[in-house]
Amino acid sequence: MKHSVILDYKRCRGCTTCIKACPTEAIRVRSGKAAILNARCIDCGSCIQVCPHKAIKSVSDPLDAMERFRYRIALPDPALYGQFHHLNDIDIILNGLLSIGFQEVYEAAKGAELLSDYARQCIRSGVERTMPQISSACPTVLRLIRMRFPKLIPHIADSVTPMELSAILARREAAERTGLAPEEIGVFSIVPCSAMVTAAHSPDGLDAPVLDGAFAIRDVYLKLLSPMKELTELKPLSSAGIMGVGWAYSGGESAARLGERYLAVDGIRNVIQMLEEIEDGRLPEADFIELRACVQGCVGGCLTVENPYAARMRIKNLMKGLPVSLNRFTLEGDDRDVAKPDRALQYVPVFVLDEDRSVAMEKLAKIEELERQLPGLHCGSCGAPSCHAFAEDVVLGRADRSDCIFKVRERTEYMAGTDDADEYLPAPFRQKKGRSGGDPSAEGDFDQEVHV
Amino acid sequence: MEPIRLNFPVEGGDLIGAGEASSKMKLALKKLDLPPEVIRRCSICMYEGEINMVIHADGGRAEVEIHMDHITIRMVDSGPGIPNVEQAMEPGFSTAGDVARDLGFGAGMGLPNMRRYSDEMTIDTAVGVGTTVTMRINL
Repeated sequence: MKHSVILDYKRCRGCTTCIKACPTEAIRVRSGKAAILNARCIDCGSCIQVCPHKAIKSVSDPLDAMERFRYRIALPDPALYGQFHHLNDIDIILNGLLSIGFQEVYEAAKGAELLSDYARQCIRSGVERTMPQISSACPTVLRLIRMRFPKLIPHIADSVTPMELSAILARREAAERTGLAPEEIGVFSIVPCSAMVTAAHSPDGLDAPVLDGAFAIRDVYLKLLSPMKELTELKPLSSAGIMGVGWAYSGGESAARLGERYLAVDGIRNVIQMLEEIEDGRLPEADFIELRACVQGCVGGCLTVENPYAARMRIKNLMKGLPVSLNRFTLEGDDRDVAKPDRALQYVPVFVLDEDRSVAMEKLAKIEELERQLPGLHCGSCGAPSCHAFAEDVVLGRADRSDCIFKVRERTEYMAGTDDADEYLPAPFRQKKGRSGGDPSAEGDFDQEVHV
Repeated sequence: MEPIRLNFPVEGGDLIGAGEASSKMKLALKKLDLPPEVIRRCSICMYEGEINMVIHADGGRAEVEIHMDHITIRMVDSGPGIPNVEQAMEPGFSTAGDVARDLGFGAGMGLPNMRRYSDEMTIDTAVGVGTTVTMRINL
C-alpha cells in the first residue's frame, strides 16, 4: 500500500522527535534518518505535526492531475468550509471551485447526509447490528482497528465513507446527465488529512478506488482565495444541511443519528484508549461510538490551514443559514447496496511476532528478557521509541543490541582503558552528578528533590 | 517450554490509572495472536483485579504467566485481607467508599466477574496480611 505520509530525507536530521509521537510505533531512526515501517503506518499524521524540521509530509495529488479529464467534479470535504475568514455563505466556496477548473461540485456533506439518513433507516428497521456500533468514517481509525483491535471489526458500521458514496453518486449522475463515459469524468476529493488521501487510492472496504485523486485542502485553499473574491454572481449550489456539514467536526456524525446514545472521541490517543475500553466491554450503555483520529475531528486534519477550534466555530456559524437536512436516502432494493462496502474489513496482523504461536512465545520471552537488561530510559538513542520496541526490533532482526547507548558505555570504558566513560558521554547517560560541561555552580539550578 | 512471565506494578490510590496493566498485558497477548475472546477474558479479569487492589489494598502487583495452553493471572497485595470471602463473592456486595462510587465503581461485581471470566479462581487471603487472587484462563 502506498501511504500519503512520507519522509523528506534531505530535511530529516534523525532527531527522534517523531518516533515517540507515533501511536503504532511505526518509525525508527536508522543511519541518521527516520524511516517509516510501511505496514504499521495508519496515516494519522501525528509525526507530521511534531517534526521540528518539517521533514515528514503528506503527499496529495497535484492539482494538475485533473487535466487528464474532460469533465471534472470536485468533492469538497465540509472541513474546507471552516478555513476562510469572514465567510457567510458556503456558495462562495462552491462557486469558487467552479472557477479553478472544476465543471461541477458535489459536496461530501451531501454524501454524509445521505449516509446519516441511511443509518437512521437501518436503526428504525431493527437490522441486526453488533453493539456498540463504531463509525466507519475515519480511515485512520479503520486501519488502527484492523491492526490492533480485530475483535472490534464486527462493530464497524456497515457503510462506506461520505467521500466514497459522494464519488459513486457524482460520477453516476454526471454520466447520465452529460452522456460521457464514466472514465471520462474525473472525480476528485478535497480532503483535510493524509489518511483520506491514502483511502482515495487504496480504499479499505472497496474492491477498487472510486476517486480519481485527492487534493489537499491547503493546496486548494491557496488557489481559491482570489477567485472567491472575484466572483460576480453566485449560483445556488449548496445542497447539504446542518446534518451533513456537521460531519466536519467531532460529534457531528453522531448528532445526525438522532436520539442514539453516543460518544464522540477525537485525538488518536483518546481513540486508542476508547477502543481498549470497548474491547473489554466496558461501555455497554453507548449505541454509537464516533472516533476521529484528529483533534476536533476532520477540521483538525494535517492538510488543513486553519486552527481546528477556529474552523469548528466558523462552520457552526455558517450553519445558521442552513436547513437541518436536505437529503434523503431513497434508493430501494439492490440499489441500496451503494451505501455498503464491497467487502468486510480484514484483520492485518502487523503486531503479531510469528504466525506459529510457540515461535511467537519464544520471541516474546526473548524480548522480555532483553528488555529487563535495558535501562528503561526510552531515550530514543537507539532509534526506537522505547526500550520495549528496541528489544522487539533486536529479536525480530531489525536492530542490533549494540545499538543501545548503554552498550556503548561499556565499549567506551573498555577503549578508554578506564572504568569511567562519563567524560565521553552526553549528559543524560552519565552516571555521576556534577559532571556537566558547563559551570559546576549551575548544578543547583536543577531541582533534584522529589516533591510528594 | 518455560512460561513467559510479565510483571506489572499497580499503584494504590490511582483509580484513573487503573487499567494500565491490563492494557499492557493485552498488547503482549495480541503479539502472540491469541484468540480475541481469550484476550478479552484476561483483560477483564486483570482490570477488575486492578480496581480491587487500588480500592482496597493500596495497590500491589499483577503477575502474568503465559503457558502454551493457559494463562495464569495472579493479583498479589499486602492489604487488609478479606474477612468473609463467601460474602465478598456475592454479586452486588460492596464495601467501596464514596470516592470509588462517584467514579462508577463499587457495584460489587469485581470478584464475581473475575470468577465468571476465568476458568479457575482461587483466593488466598488473611486479615491484616494480604490477598492473592489466582486466575487461570485456558487457551
